[in-house]
Amino acid sequence: MKETSMKKNFLFISCEEAFHICDKSQYGESTLWEKIKLNLRYIWCRFTKAYVKKNNQLTNTMKTSNVQCLHKTEREELTKNFNKELKN
Amino acid sequence: MSDHQINPNKWIDLYSDYLFNYTITRVNDREIAKDLIQDTFFAGLKSMKNFKGEASERTWLISILKRKIIDYYRKINSKKGKAEVRMTYNSDDQEGDWLEERVEDEAYLNAEETMENSELGDAIYNCMGKLSEKQATVFKMKTILGYETETICNELDITASNLWVILHRARIQMAECLEKKWL
Repeated sequence: MKETSMKKNFLFISCEEAFHICDKSQYGESTLWEKIKLNLRYIWCRFTKAYVKKNNQLTNTMKTSNVQCLHKTEREELTKNFNKELKN
Repeated sequence: MSDHQINPNKWIDLYSDYLFNYTITRVNDREIAKDLIQDTFFAGLKSMKNFKGEASERTWLISILKRKIIDYYRKINSKKGKAEVRMTYNSDDQEGDWLEERVEDEAYLNAEETMENSELGDAIYNCMGKLSEKQATVFKMKTILGYETETICNELDITASNLWVILHRARIQMAECLEKKWL
């Protein structure tokens, strides 16, 4: 009985864990085993399915947008120059 | 009394990334974009007394930036006119109409796509503006700048599990915000 329950835990994950794995997958940081567990839950859980769909869409949109921002060093340089100008 | 207040001490934190993205989609060069936003901030400081508060600070800075971008194109176009006279083929075995070939610019061919991307970029920055400061910083570092988890954790002095919780909340809010028009 205990063994069956352990096997179940080994294969089945909670919604929260599925969301976490899905988030990590967006950045290529989930392991193969995590992906398998996520896919298992994806088959029967409509919440996981909805979350995965929306999360993938967000990743694709961010990629196609080609949106950019300043790197830390660039921002520091800008701040330094701006503060100098602000004092004058 | 005016609707909007001006506070240059917060300009870099609040608007530098937005202005940078706005500029880079239009000039396509990181160094030039950085120079243009710096010029914009300097010009903003000089003309602060002209700020009437009818528009938001960001709109006001964008109007200055637009003029800077136009000036930049005017300047390079006048230089281009001089450069074209000197342009020749690199070797003798090349033939054809050099002017037509060189004038063709892929940027013009993709104008519609560029416009849509810049609209989407604006929408993304508007949505990021609705996140908490920490969420926006983590989301930006991870999703836009593509930093490693470890780097962000060290930089912001947070644990990896903390990072994933912040990121999860940020992603949910971003998806909800962008959903109607862009997802």
